[in-house]
Amino acid sequence: MTAVSMFAQTPLLTEQIVAPVVSWPAMIPLAVMALGGLLLLTFASLLGRRVGTPFFTWWTVMTGLIAFATAIPLWAQVQGWDRRVLWWNPENTPAGAFSTVGGAFGVDGFSVLLTMLICLAVPVCALVMAGTSERDGERHVEGPALMILSATGAIVMAGANDLIVLFLGLEVLSLAVYVLAAMNLRRVQSQEAGLKYFVLGAFSSAFFLYGIALVYGGTGSTSLVNITNFLAGNLLLGSSSVLVLLGVALMVAGLAFKVAAVPFHSWSPDVYDGAPTSSVAFMASVVKVAAFAGMVRVLVVGFGTFAADWRPVLQILAVLSLVGGALVALVQTNVKRLLAYSSISHAGFILLGVEAANETGNRAVLVYLVVYTFLVIGSFAVVSIVGRSGDAMHSLDSYRGLGRVAPALAGTFTILLLAQAGVPFTSGFYAKFYAVIAAVDTQSAWLAVVAMLSAVIAAYLYLRLVVAMWFVAPGEQTPKPGIRIPATTGVALVLCVAVTLFIGITPGPLTSVVDEAPPAVVQPPAAQGSELPADLLNLLDGGAGQESLTTDPGSLPSTSGGNP
Amino acid sequence: MMYGVLAAQGLSFPILPALVFLPIIGALVIATIPAGRAELHRLVAIATAVLLGALSVWMLVAFDPSVAGQQFVSSTTWVESLDIKFVLGVDGISLFLVVLTGILFPIALFAAKPEHSEKGYYFWLTLLGAGCMGVFLAGDLFLFFLAFELTLVPLYFLIGKWGHGRRVYAANKFFLFTMAGSALMLVCIVALAVLDGAGEGGGITFDLVRIAEGGVLSETAQRVLFLGFVAAFAVKVPVFPFHTWLPDAHTEAPTAGSVDLAGVLLKLGTYGFIRYGLYLFPEASVWAAPALISLGLIGIIYGAVVAAMQRNLKRLVAYSSVSHMGFAVMGIFALNIEGLEGSIMQMINHGIITGALFILLGYLYKRRHTYEISELSGLQKVAPVFAGLFTLFMLASIGVPGLAGFVGEFLVLLGTFLAHRWWAVVAAVGVILAALYMLWAYQRVFHGEPSEANRSFKDIKLAEFLPLVPLIGLVFFIGLYPKPILERIEPSVQLLVEHIEQQVPGFESPGTQDGSELQPVAAGESRGEGGE
Repeated sequence: MTAVSMFAQTPLLTEQIVAPVVSWPAMIPLAVMALGGLLLLTFASLLGRRVGTPFFTWWTVMTGLIAFATAIPLWAQVQGWDRRVLWWNPENTPAGAFSTVGGAFGVDGFSVLLTMLICLAVPVCALVMAGTSERDGERHVEGPALMILSATGAIVMAGANDLIVLFLGLEVLSLAVYVLAAMNLRRVQSQEAGLKYFVLGAFSSAFFLYGIALVYGGTGSTSLVNITNFLAGNLLLGSSSVLVLLGVALMVAGLAFKVAAVPFHSWSPDVYDGAPTSSVAFMASVVKVAAFAGMVRVLVVGFGTFAADWRPVLQILAVLSLVGGALVALVQTNVKRLLAYSSISHAGFILLGVEAANETGNRAVLVYLVVYTFLVIGSFAVVSIVGRSGDAMHSLDSYRGLGRVAPALAGTFTILLLAQAGVPFTSGFYAKFYAVIAAVDTQSAWLAVVAMLSAVIAAYLYLRLVVAMWFVAPGEQTPKPGIRIPATTGVALVLCVAVTLFIGITPGPLTSVVDEAPPAVVQPPAAQGSELPADLLNLLDGGAGQESLTTDPGSLPSTSGGNP
Repeated sequence: MMYGVLAAQGLSFPILPALVFLPIIGALVIATIPAGRAELHRLVAIATAVLLGALSVWMLVAFDPSVAGQQFVSSTTWVESLDIKFVLGVDGISLFLVVLTGILFPIALFAAKPEHSEKGYYFWLTLLGAGCMGVFLAGDLFLFFLAFELTLVPLYFLIGKWGHGRRVYAANKFFLFTMAGSALMLVCIVALAVLDGAGEGGGITFDLVRIAEGGVLSETAQRVLFLGFVAAFAVKVPVFPFHTWLPDAHTEAPTAGSVDLAGVLLKLGTYGFIRYGLYLFPEASVWAAPALISLGLIGIIYGAVVAAMQRNLKRLVAYSSVSHMGFAVMGIFALNIEGLEGSIMQMINHGIITGALFILLGYLYKRRHTYEISELSGLQKVAPVFAGLFTLFMLASIGVPGLAGFVGEFLVLLGTFLAHRWWAVVAAVGVILAALYMLWAYQRVFHGEPSEANRSFKDIKLAEFLPLVPLIGLVFFIGLYPKPILERIEPSVQLLVEHIEQQVPGFESPGTQDGSELQPVAAGESRGEGGE
């Protein structure tokens, strides 16, 4: 029933099989997504030709929205609201962040907020994808289904409280995205993009996994709770500190690949260019959200005590991404590649938030992710329309005089681009603003200066598009007047622009939500007692009936030194 | 320190929010009217601008000249978690800049029409007004930054879409220069908010008065942050090495864009120097004054020399702006009452005079489709009224006594003389150079026999003359009777100078008010040497 993949370990010290307590309500958003994806595939194969793109889209949108709705009570529980939201009963459930599945899956403000964001991004991406499919006369269920399943992995990553769970989420997410990248069967570039993404992605996953192994060697656990306690209680010297540091470094490399930070970025322009534009919208939004969620979980929450060691690394990554992304983007003539490099530069901004390694930084990450998700989906939605049938017209020349040919489309794109440039009264301004606050707050104002100057460079590349659309006469490659904007893509665009302007004008709601969403090292449920579970007894798959098998973990010998 | 005491008296009508939101509402109305109804767009834009002008004049009338602090203050919380407030207020320093904005915007609309895409043109022009008003009225650093940036996008589109010649290049250059400056300023604003919040233990604050009176910054922090603000303002003014965007932007901008750019937008920089430079960072201002005064001086001379060599009339006026704004910068960093008053007068006068000159050049372009001096000749014979008007504003620009330009330049020179004697002497050369380049250009364009192409040059029409009437009136009024203006500026300026003296130990404003002129001069000069 549960979508979380569990794994079993042979307990070394006891023959007794211990099953973790699972708080099922906390799993519902995840379950809705996983089931939604699987049922969609089932229905599509059972019903065959009788259903088409409209049904797939409707199904995906509903899945995302239902998952979003089921996340609201979790938010209420974490925040300790004293009103009844849906089924949540305040009297019986303790308020505040908690973890479940033996402490492997955390439910805190951070994870719930990002879950909600992912659940909203999926419907919007599905609308964009529907527009492309409808225009090109394609009928495939794989796109929506893979998107839902990939988002399931993303939600797992957002809540992962254990490195292995994080890795599982990462793989679920990635495998689906590899296929999404290769989904356009008519373009050979798409196949190439998929393969490239897959090969390099497998590399990065291997790095990540090896990092986990080394960390396990150094700390004796993969659970972030245990790792934090262990690091807090023990001074690592010599080889074990090398092990942990090396492990952290490898994990950083693996995650930096996913967020496309320079120098782990080389796949992203090719993949963005080759993959179907609607898949790129998903990749650039949900995958980034999940990867940054993982990064915050691992580095800030798990290895916060090592901040002095990994912060310089992230600073280098941030500077390289910011400046490199913006500079290389300047010479691009393909809009998808241009946006790929600009998204590398954006990743640099988000890294500023991670790098800060404190509450302000986490806030910056969240604000940037929320803002950027809608900006990037909207931008690629425009690109998917201008790309026209076959999804191939992506040269800068295709945008010449677009303002004259399709003013509404060009106006939409202009708002989104100005927001990406960080112009006030758009959401992008607050995203950059929070990133700057994070950098200044941690005494690394020089990073903020670098970031803002690279934002000026990046502004030039958005201006190139604006100039092409408004100040130049239409050329040969410009779409003909009356270019059709598919209704579903239109809805997605309106949503993205509305969010962009709403946050830009009244940032209050977003900031107050983000203030309530710090990531936390969430200890296992209080019902388990105040003691931590032993390292090797963590997880086992089990139904609700097996919960009685749980023993008091405090009675077991602990290999980790730290007790709270 | 009394500066921050907000005098919330005056009108029951929320006049300052009205000044900011009226153009935004106007722009939104324009946006909802379908394209193709050009007359309706123009009507809404002009109605908005005229109403804006009327409101600003009403505010001027209601303004209490005896109060030095902020008046008509309105304050609302905007973003609670960051303590960002929507604070608006006006004092003697910003008063006339607001009125100038209110007057120049309708005049620019009356004087020039776009050649195509009317809807966008009026939309951006109206929105620009909101940004300018916001900058002058803001009492919160964050709000100020938003308004400062809000001026960027409208002008970018105005230059890029409705300009002439190399408009795209000019627009991009303008956008990137300005944005680079404000990018640094944003970092500094955040740093200021964070550092100040840390000092008081009350989290982040963007409240201008709280930060300025808090005084928790170390000397180094003050200086570094000050330089960040200087970067933004120096680009906007523009101060000498950062000026290269201005001639391009001015030359290629459409007439209304040039009028607003020269008349109002350049003042955002000098106003910023006063409000966010001197007031927030008094110590750093005293420290950097010799350098900035020198840059102002270089701007005066450099702008004048380059202007003299221009072959394009609009470019000539643009470079004359560099020269005139040099005076404004110099006056500010003389750090005394005379200099600051002169500087504010110079901003007002430059707005009126250069605005008028750009309007006249717009008429000229409409007739001849060129700004090249070599293409024009003998216009005085065929268009005597036009030539007469040009002469009037040219003389005002040169700084002939009795006309507006003189008052500002004289006060600036006086203030500078008290602070840095030799700088003032050199700056006076700039006044002479101004006469040189202006008269020389005038001679080439207006004197002599009209060539074939210029013979059919039509003289100014009544509809073209009317928008200039208020400007003509102001040029004479300010030139002959500046007292009512100066007496409204003075209390605020005096308060500011006192604030600087109080915050900077050992600093005494080199002015006439203390009766001893020689001693401060010497002090000023020794500081000058130390600072460079």
